[in-house]
Amino acid sequence: MAGFSVPRYAPKERGAFAKLTARDSVVRRLDWPLLLAALALCFIGSLLVWSATRNRTNINQGDPYYFLIRHAMNAGIGLCLMVGTIWLGHRTLRGAVPILYGLSILLLLAVLSPLGATVNGAHSWIVLGGGFSLQPSEFAKIAIILCMAMLLAARVDAGDQPHPDHRTVMKALGLATIPIGCIMLMPDLGSTMVIVVIILGVLLSSGASNRWIFGLLGAGVVGAVLVAALGILDKYQINRFAAFANPNLDPAGVGYNTGQARIAIGSGGLTGTGLFKGSQTTGQFVPEQQTDFVFTVAGEELGFVGAGLIIVLIGVILWRACRIARETTELYGTIVAAGIIAWFAFQSFENIGMTLGIMPVAGIPLPFVSYGGSSMFAVWVAIGLLQSIRVQRPITA
Amino acid sequence: MSNIPETGRTPRVQIRLVIIQVLVFSLLLTLGGRLWYLQIRNGQEYEDEAKNNHVQQVVQPAVRGSILDARGVPLADNETRLVVSASRTDLSKMPDRGKAVLTRLAGVLGMKPQDVMDKVRLCDAKTPKPCWNGSPYQPIPVTDKATTQQALQIRERSEDFPGVTADPTAVRRYPAPGKSNTAQVLGYLSPVTDDEITKAKDTDSPYLRSDQVGRSGVERTYDKQLRGKAGVTRYEVDNLGRVIGQAQSDKAQPGANVVTSIDARVQAVAEYELDYAMKEARQQFDKITNENYKADSGAVVVMEAKTGRIVAMASAPTYDPNVWVGGISGKDYQALTGKDSDYPLLNRAIQGQAAPGSTFKVVSTAAAVEAGYKWDGGYPCTSSYSVGGQVFKNFEGESFGPISLGRALEVSCDTVFYGLADNEWKKDGGINPKKGQPKDYFYKAAHQFGLGKVTGVDLPNEVTGRVPDRQWKEALFASMKDSWCKTGKKDGTYVEKIAYENCLEGNKMREGDSINYSIGQGDTLVTPIQEAMIYGAIANGGTMHAPTIGKAIISADGKSVQEIKPKVNGRLPVTQATLDGFNKALAGVVTSGTAAWKFQGWPQDKIELHAKTGTAEVYGKQTTSWLATYSKDYTVVMTIAQAGTGSGASGEAVRKIYEAMYGIDDAGHQDLKRAMLPEPEQSLPKIQPDGSIDAPSVAAYDPNAGKTKDKQQPDGQQPNGQPQPANSPATNVDNRNPRRD
Repeated sequence: MAGFSVPRYAPKERGAFAKLTARDSVVRRLDWPLLLAALALCFIGSLLVWSATRNRTNINQGDPYYFLIRHAMNAGIGLCLMVGTIWLGHRTLRGAVPILYGLSILLLLAVLSPLGATVNGAHSWIVLGGGFSLQPSEFAKIAIILCMAMLLAARVDAGDQPHPDHRTVMKALGLATIPIGCIMLMPDLGSTMVIVVIILGVLLSSGASNRWIFGLLGAGVVGAVLVAALGILDKYQINRFAAFANPNLDPAGVGYNTGQARIAIGSGGLTGTGLFKGSQTTGQFVPEQQTDFVFTVAGEELGFVGAGLIIVLIGVILWRACRIARETTELYGTIVAAGIIAWFAFQSFENIGMTLGIMPVAGIPLPFVSYGGSSMFAVWVAIGLLQSIRVQRPITA
Repeated sequence: MSNIPETGRTPRVQIRLVIIQVLVFSLLLTLGGRLWYLQIRNGQEYEDEAKNNHVQQVVQPAVRGSILDARGVPLADNETRLVVSASRTDLSKMPDRGKAVLTRLAGVLGMKPQDVMDKVRLCDAKTPKPCWNGSPYQPIPVTDKATTQQALQIRERSEDFPGVTADPTAVRRYPAPGKSNTAQVLGYLSPVTDDEITKAKDTDSPYLRSDQVGRSGVERTYDKQLRGKAGVTRYEVDNLGRVIGQAQSDKAQPGANVVTSIDARVQAVAEYELDYAMKEARQQFDKITNENYKADSGAVVVMEAKTGRIVAMASAPTYDPNVWVGGISGKDYQALTGKDSDYPLLNRAIQGQAAPGSTFKVVSTAAAVEAGYKWDGGYPCTSSYSVGGQVFKNFEGESFGPISLGRALEVSCDTVFYGLADNEWKKDGGINPKKGQPKDYFYKAAHQFGLGKVTGVDLPNEVTGRVPDRQWKEALFASMKDSWCKTGKKDGTYVEKIAYENCLEGNKMREGDSINYSIGQGDTLVTPIQEAMIYGAIANGGTMHAPTIGKAIISADGKSVQEIKPKVNGRLPVTQATLDGFNKALAGVVTSGTAAWKFQGWPQDKIELHAKTGTAEVYGKQTTSWLATYSKDYTVVMTIAQAGTGSGASGEAVRKIYEAMYGIDDAGHQDLKRAMLPEPEQSLPKIQPDGSIDAPSVAAYDPNAGKTKDKQQPDGQQPNGQPQPANSPATNVDNRNPRRD
């Protein structure tokens, strides 16, 4: 595997640099394809965000590089968060799970309080001032994964039982219910969907009884039917859904976003128009193009080749994550990795799928690529967790 | 997967991890497949949609080409008007959507603010006019009648008028050189309709929303050439319509100039003399109807005999084509086309049709020769011709004894033609001919002379006239039989009696029909342009030309000259001997025949004129006068409805036209300096690379210019002085023709 070739000889004296590059060093043991794929996505993302925003004078404060710089900054901070997470290690974090969990609940509650702000119909933001804002639901994803993994894996890893029992599963689900409830109240349909899928992934990988898996799936279906039937969803959410089902129904209204997104992607062809040359992007025909609809920039300006590369890079991340999940010896690491896989996979599928018109429109970002600090930080923390699981594997062996 | 280390975990988790992996990668594959479907398979479709999305066109209209007379005098050109326009794109960017600017603009232009705002709003189903139904990216004209001062104010205070422009723009103009208005020949323009835009979308000359389209006359026939190609600048715009780049631009190509064979001077003479002749006719008393002639419409065609080129074509009543410029008002339109109007838009030279009267006798004579009658035979010109109790009279009971065909033509002896036609009718089998028996020489000849079909003149909506042959009778009978049989009464009024007869045998060629037909009365209809074609052919030795107005298409810079060659329709079905006979007989009409009293003193030895007069009876109306004439080079045909005889109504006017062209004065002397067009114009006008045209100026026609000094007005005015009320010498003498045409 790449990055794991064994050096012919080891130097006798180890300097600081040598320590980092030594065969058994953390740097050597990092999953480099995973890291490089994530970095590559960040790089492509910053180009796309740049292209999408350099003309949007109404939001870029007159500075064409405004979003580019911030996106790069976010990625840099994210990278630091990853390093910090590796340094701390996922096991250390296990100890801090109650604190993380409590913190994320507090933040979610803060959003629901007058401190929260509404963006695009979703009341899911805390505005920090100075152009910064926080989306606590992104961090809640991590908290839910960690806290459920801790609960579900505790007795299995201790060797008490082969699989988590019903009480443990119930407890874990109960803990997840509180943040989900907060997020649904915002309402943030996209994040809710992602968290439900994360929970599915966590349960699946924990080895919980099939009854829980199918029960949860069934509950999801029944819940969806009930939500539709009882009119719990807001009108804009239903509209978004209708637009996905039939975007040509009302091209000037509901279907506008999806219609324009599809035109942008479709017009890219094989190789695209070239960066900064897409008429749909330059003409700002696609709303929210630097965040939720960033994939349309890739589709138009980089074409099938560029957009396909993004999907391939996401594939690389998920492939490495799957390897990490399979190879780690403790269930805790496996569950955390599986939760992250479910998160990245579904969020990417939903985000790209909605721009391609095969998924309903929901306001969630494309990991690493979309502009947005909270999401960027959260996904880099997730990468840090994956690396930590990988790095620490041999020690427990 | 072989290198999975031992983890000591249960197979359940291991299997589930594989399931997760499979699920995850099938999701990614789904995305890839969908991406391929959108970008590669349907990519073109979305590319087109993206183009429609972001490209907007701004059109710079092409300047329409001029219509010139044979010497380059503009009959239709463009004048520069100051057009004030407002750009919606700019206005919509303002916080109040341009309201303040438009209000200020209204102040400068002296208009109501609301009117200005109405003009620049976009048309939709709910917006009443005025509104703009062109492209919203096009500057929208607020007025085309701005004064220089207003334009200067707008330009100097441009900061007060963002998005407002005041530019000189070309607007159509019909300058009527020398008072020749040529209205029906030139035609007119009106804005293009939605239907036309849709239809012409994929042709090589698509319309633009702002286009004016030729609706009639030369403007319509040569619309494509005159229109040129509008310049189009394509802008890339963003989702709010703001321009973000220029994609492509095609420069406007100004329309080509159409050089016509019209001579503005002769045209002015023709128009003046037609109008004057009609006014004169209205002073004359009609003994048949016991009231003055109505002379309600008329037409004159002056044509080059050897080429078919039209030198002048006038139709009365007429109108000023400038009413169309800048959009015709509802009131004006009603006046031109309403039920109570006298339909001045009709070009009666090609759209007016009447029975030809005696001018038809050349056809009958040719038919008789074809049927085997000798030119010099002695045909009885009796005072009347009786058939089965019905008496067909010669004009005022005249008789000339046995005469030749030529003499019959010259003196216009009806009874000679009655006899010939009756003979042929009998030979053809009478009222019930056997199948294939009728030779129908007289009807065949009419068709061979080009009657019953269009001449192909390069003007739209020419009518065909009618040859009332057996076929026509059958067709008419089939459609009219029921109504004839219903209204017909054996002993009723004249109309009822006719209907009764028609009900019985309206499908048959009756003896009386053929007899009447032979002298151009009855159901035959011809147009002045057809007469001009026939008499032109007699003049040039037998070639019938499709008359043409257009002589050449010259590009705006004068570099490309595309001549329009005369077109030949065919030859007259006559021998040279017959033509010689025609020439002699028709010259005789001028010297001693029915037109002689109007051409006294004409220098026939220098410029030989030929003529045939005609008076067509129209049921319920006064007679239609015809005068068909030709010289070596020209054919002049004039007709006036409800005006009496051909020579009486038109003789003076036609003579005046010849006098003007050849420079003949009252005394019959030729003065080539005064001659307008002693020979047809051969050369084409020169157009300079900058588009200017070397055209001579045209003075207004002075009807008294040909007066010799002894007949000058008593107040001592100079012959070449101001145009004065025409007072031609003929008006003082009895204007009744002593002989019927």
